[in-house]
Amino acid sequence: MADLTSTFVGIKSPNPFWLASAPPTDKEYNVRRAFKAGWGGVVWKTLGAEGPPVVNVNGPRYGAIYGADRRLLGLNNIELITDRPLQTNLDEIKSVKRDFPDRAMVVSIMVPCEEDAWRAILPRVEETGADGIELNFGCPHGMSERGMGAAVGQVPEYIEMVTRWCKQYTRMPVIVKLTPNITDVRKPAAAAKRGGADAVSLINTINSITSVNLDTMSPEPSIDGKGSHGGYCGPAVKPIALSMVSEIARDPETHGMPISGIGGVTTWRDAAEFMSLGAGNVQVCTAVMTYGFKIVDEMTAGLSRWMDEKGYRSVDEVVGRAVPNVTDWQYLNLNYVAKARISQDDCIKCGRCYAACEDTSHQAISMSADRTFEVIDAECVACNLCVDVCPVENCITMERLAPGTVDARTGKVVEAEPADWTTHPNNPGAVAAE
Amino acid sequence: MTEAMRLDGIRAGRLGADDLARNFSDLHEPFDAHEAMVAADRCYFCHDAPCITACPTDIDIPMFIRQIQTGMPETAAKTIFDQNILGGMCARVCPTETLCEEVCVREVAEGKPVEIGRLQRFATDAMMAAGEHPFTRAPETGKSVAVVGAGPAGLACAHRLALHGHSVTLFDARPKAGGLNEYGIAAYKTPGGYAQAEVDWLLKIGGITVETGRALRDSLALDQLRADHDAVFLGIGLGGVGALGLAGEDLAGTANAVDFIATLRQQDDLTQLPIGRHVVVIGGGMTAVDAAVQSKLLGAETVTIAYRRGRDRMPASRYEQDLAASHGVRLMFGVIPHAIHGDDRLREVELAYVGDDMAPTGETLRLPADQLFRAIGQKLIAVEGLATERGKIAVTGAGRTSLPGVWAGGDCAAGGEDLTVTAVAEGRDAAEDIHAALSA
Repeated sequence: MADLTSTFVGIKSPNPFWLASAPPTDKEYNVRRAFKAGWGGVVWKTLGAEGPPVVNVNGPRYGAIYGADRRLLGLNNIELITDRPLQTNLDEIKSVKRDFPDRAMVVSIMVPCEEDAWRAILPRVEETGADGIELNFGCPHGMSERGMGAAVGQVPEYIEMVTRWCKQYTRMPVIVKLTPNITDVRKPAAAAKRGGADAVSLINTINSITSVNLDTMSPEPSIDGKGSHGGYCGPAVKPIALSMVSEIARDPETHGMPISGIGGVTTWRDAAEFMSLGAGNVQVCTAVMTYGFKIVDEMTAGLSRWMDEKGYRSVDEVVGRAVPNVTDWQYLNLNYVAKARISQDDCIKCGRCYAACEDTSHQAISMSADRTFEVIDAECVACNLCVDVCPVENCITMERLAPGTVDARTGKVVEAEPADWTTHPNNPGAVAAE
Repeated sequence: MTEAMRLDGIRAGRLGADDLARNFSDLHEPFDAHEAMVAADRCYFCHDAPCITACPTDIDIPMFIRQIQTGMPETAAKTIFDQNILGGMCARVCPTETLCEEVCVREVAEGKPVEIGRLQRFATDAMMAAGEHPFTRAPETGKSVAVVGAGPAGLACAHRLALHGHSVTLFDARPKAGGLNEYGIAAYKTPGGYAQAEVDWLLKIGGITVETGRALRDSLALDQLRADHDAVFLGIGLGGVGALGLAGEDLAGTANAVDFIATLRQQDDLTQLPIGRHVVVIGGGMTAVDAAVQSKLLGAETVTIAYRRGRDRMPASRYEQDLAASHGVRLMFGVIPHAIHGDDRLREVELAYVGDDMAPTGETLRLPADQLFRAIGQKLIAVEGLATERGKIAVTGAGRTSLPGVWAGGDCAAGGEDLTVTAVAEGRDAAEDIHAALSA
């Protein structure tokens, strides 16, 4: 049996599945139930500075988009950080950590960008026995209007400054949570590293409006006829998060810095993908908000079995394994030639591949009177669109042409040696092959 | 219809080998991977799901379906086997329409449940096809348990006991283990030798010795078993069959439905199995339906199920009734057998119409019949020394009988429906209770 225990910036947990700082981790009742359900750790919902607690809207705070059969694909929210008194949260954190010493207890914090504010709260968090802190530099709504959250995360200098304060005033590991609402996530990650961060976690939510009510002309979720952009999360954001995680993992400046992967993790497979791209563990929120805490059983069982099948003994053997395969476009092998192949046994004759290819791609699929769909090799550029729109998994596949065969589209023999854009004759800046 | 179907009497070969092969193939084709994905996607992963509550073995159904969704049919199978080691057979024979699928929220909302049974088969088949047995036996405890009856209850009990490290001797009166899975269920529900394959797979846990041809009475005495073992579990089923109490009941052509089904299940070449041109089945349960449908599939021209009460009281589910009707079986309600006519052999069955109070209305009906199958319920063959309750072994808690050290479960024990899945639950729970007792 694979060993799922995880050590992330020195914080141990029985598995790499943590609950992200969010509504599910806002109070003791929830977190106790999450731990009993098997979650490896939590990042407690963001604490603010001492004083009057923040207030939330009293109308809808979530909006959603759906796939077929009303499957929730994306969720957005306009909820703020915890609206409960600081001391209440601290007391509960201490109580839960005492009763679940083997679980990771990380506390998310967001206070004004002033040294005193951070110096004031850090000892109080440390006193709870928490294992670490996560700096919320990502929340894109509400708090950002007050100069916190994403407003800090969008300025690398602020990230570096605040991180440095935190490293100065606490012995706890510091995880910096990054916002995706920037142009290049490597910059804030590098800033966190310069500030001494032990790790980064990403992504926080993405600026979003889920829909517009066309009767009232109000964005959703609507508060008395008006809406504000919220933070978007759930399965729909996973590709964005995976890319950002991989960029930090492979950038020379941040390579090797521990990453906690967040963004649409719903199944064991999502988690394995994040870890393969460099995440040391994952944080989950939308999936539990959709299905409940119990899903962790699927995640642990699935990850464990997959690791057994692949011969990975520990989580660390998975982390970063796909990072070397993330590269720039210019290094992709242009001598790799594939063609689409349609399995007539599996084809249900819906014709979606034909519509897609004929109308929007390369006219490389033929359709007969009896609705047989076949690939025309002389036209097929192997774009994969037919695979992507086919409703039957593995009905259409991409087959690599063996070196030595002729590509019917170009008339050229497929070469065995890889060659990329850097040496391509059409590239004005190409370097001649030696 | 073939010409042979119109030949009088009881004879073999009414249908050719091809027709028979088609008739006795899978009632429900297994899902392929794509169908399983589409079906699994319909599950809502309900909280405290009604389907789990409806399952006698409490399989975590939303979890195993979610595991199928994530491309892990093997972990799904483990989820199933954790609760029900005969989850593969139950996926085939459970009346899901009256259990998990009846209460599926999508059945309630749309009249179209998630196809839990077929998804369960998809998962369990995946693991069994790979030959994987997902459990490892605990170290030997040095305790031994006799399990009498290798049907669903006995198999489930034996597996769980072996899992806990106890040594199990599993006795069965028949030549093969499996009980009703092997001898008592319609062939089209479990084709391809599945029952034996499942037994073989189950025994991979180790620590179980099977002794067939050993009935409790003949060569096995309960006292001796109690003396030789640390505990005894009885899963002996219901070996007796009720008679109609009519003159002529021993005429050639009359038989017990369970015997007909057992013979059919053990018949390698169905072209050699005789069936009447006209068949009448007395009863209203699953056995009646299984006997009637299989009579039709063997090539009987007319098959009638005669049930004494109304349709709504029939023990066979509406799904089973419709299955019978779709095969051309005639369902008659509110009729009881009145007389059996024939000289050298059965010729006609005379039915009497009865009211709701079972009182005859005075009207009767004569049906041509070459063959009559009794399916009016099975009875416990009493075991000396054990208290009974309404004709079954009385039990308290997890199958504790009136004798210390003796547990019972499955159809022979009082309480619970006479279903494969219920027997599995009772065998499993008794094993846990035995384990607790032996560990004390």
